[in-house]
Amino acid sequence: MPGTPATDAPPPGDVRAGTLELRGVTKRYGPTLAVDDLSLTVPAGKVCVLIGPSGCGKTTALRMINRLIEPTAGEILIDGTDVRRRPAARLRREIGYVIQQVGLLPHLTVAQNVATVPRLLGWAKARVGPRVDELLALVGLPPGDYARRYPAELSGGQQQRVGLARALAGDPPLMLMDEPFSAVDPITRERLQTDFLRLHRAVPKTVVFVSHDIDEAVKMADVIAVMRAGRLVQFAPPAELLADPADEFVADFVGADRALKGLALTRLEDLDLPPAPTVRRGEAGGDVRDRVASGTLVPIGGAVLATGDDGHPLRWVPVAAIGDRVEATPGRTEPLLSPVTTLRDALSALFEAGASHGVVVDGAGRAVAVADVATIGGGLAAPAEKAGDA
Amino acid sequence: MPEIRWDWLQRHADDIQIMTVQHLEITGLSMALALAVALPVAVAVRNRRVPFAVAAGVADVLYTIPSLALFALLLPYTDIGRTPAVIGLAAYALSMIVRNTVVGLRGVPAVVRDAAVGQGLTPRQVLVRVELPLALPAIMTGVRLATVSTVGIATVAAFVGGGGLGELIWDKGIQREMFLTPILAGTVLTTALAIALDALLAGAQWLLTPWARRGRT
Repeated sequence: MPGTPATDAPPPGDVRAGTLELRGVTKRYGPTLAVDDLSLTVPAGKVCVLIGPSGCGKTTALRMINRLIEPTAGEILIDGTDVRRRPAARLRREIGYVIQQVGLLPHLTVAQNVATVPRLLGWAKARVGPRVDELLALVGLPPGDYARRYPAELSGGQQQRVGLARALAGDPPLMLMDEPFSAVDPITRERLQTDFLRLHRAVPKTVVFVSHDIDEAVKMADVIAVMRAGRLVQFAPPAELLADPADEFVADFVGADRALKGLALTRLEDLDLPPAPTVRRGEAGGDVRDRVASGTLVPIGGAVLATGDDGHPLRWVPVAAIGDRVEATPGRTEPLLSPVTTLRDALSALFEAGASHGVVVDGAGRAVAVADVATIGGGLAAPAEKAGDA
Repeated sequence: MPEIRWDWLQRHADDIQIMTVQHLEITGLSMALALAVALPVAVAVRNRRVPFAVAAGVADVLYTIPSLALFALLLPYTDIGRTPAVIGLAAYALSMIVRNTVVGLRGVPAVVRDAAVGQGLTPRQVLVRVELPLALPAIMTGVRLATVSTVGIATVAAFVGGGGLGELIWDKGIQREMFLTPILAGTVLTTALAIALDALLAGAQWLLTPWARRGRT
């Protein structure tokens, strides 16, 4: 995947992702067609969001993939193999499943919940334990603090993180997610979405994701499938969907502000952001002034960003105020942004903080770049380019 | 209040101990038999309305038969002794265990079941690893109710030669011109047994359901 930092890349052969293909899939309940002749292909490692109004058949479509619902007609293939070729329970162990209400087993600890599928797959105990710890760490729940807790002791957001870890535990090539983030508050949802995207880069699974929220779809999807009354009305990458809705229904559904929504398609890392003008705490004032004079350090508004030895931003310091050494105590550098933050979220964060620029920090918290409102606004032109590589 | 004959109790301490153990054995065997019948029945009818109504109805009818009559009715089919007592007592316990177990199994949230099936558990694994453990508090409620009432009704087992503390109350007391000492001793011991068994089961439930006592703080 282009743009993925080398450190995030998994060891080769460690990640499985499968191609999913639906061919003429139909589900009929009496006279009603819940899903009507649905055909689509999700390439390996891509996120496909199924979206549409309530009752459009998106959840039914999802549940047919792991055979919680059996189709009336059509076939579903994973890597070319029909899902009906294997007993349903065996099939489901190879498909991650995440649902809105999480559905953790309340009588088992977090670690036991995450170990569900590896144990069903018959993994040796010596392999399950480390795998559980690895996954809990991956979803942001330090195993030392969380492994032995029960689900009732966790917040909704934490429960959904466990749900995600559980779904990933067996290293399935395909993940099904049914409105996984809709039951939590907006702030938690936003954080879970961003964390999921980061996770998906590290471990690129094929994902089918049901949502009723176009903003979420635009943010998460490589490709969006818009459904209405059981039928697929448009199947396109987010940028194309926003730029060129197939009909009035899709146009209505994506909303009148679809130009603004386009901001959610570009991430800060897609922009050519100026590097953060960082100086180390304790650096000689003369060196700083030399770097400014030579143009290798470009202050913003006359200030440079002081960081600790670990590269974490401490506070903005005016160059004029630097004496013999850079002195800085931790102060206000918010908002801190991540390279995977969308332009829309970045703008929102800047407006909320009343700041004209924010510091972009990498996964280790080191200041790497600065994003300001004007640069982000310039990103408005970007979606068209993104459409090409999505 | 007539004097309690402590000397009589002392002289019969060995007998009383044997009867107490017999009483515990009858209760234990009855509960084991009741569970062996009630749990599979509850599991079989849990998701079906009519079969559940039939099973619960039959168990309720059994529960309403007067205990003396039930033991007497069993005698043509079994010898006098412990067997008719255990069968009769188990029959009484069925209703409470079947009903509570079904309530517990039906109380498993649909979303938990859906997630379990979605992870790839077979129907049998869902039952054993999810439904039964989650129904445990309700099952234990039924078992505790049934145990306490069985300890009481088991005193009637003496009439069919089942032994137990009923023998102390009936043979040694009532039949001897209302000799009060054994009657009182039998009553106190029966009550103490019921309370002790209930506490024991409550403790077992506490140990078996660690998740139930850990909530969000």
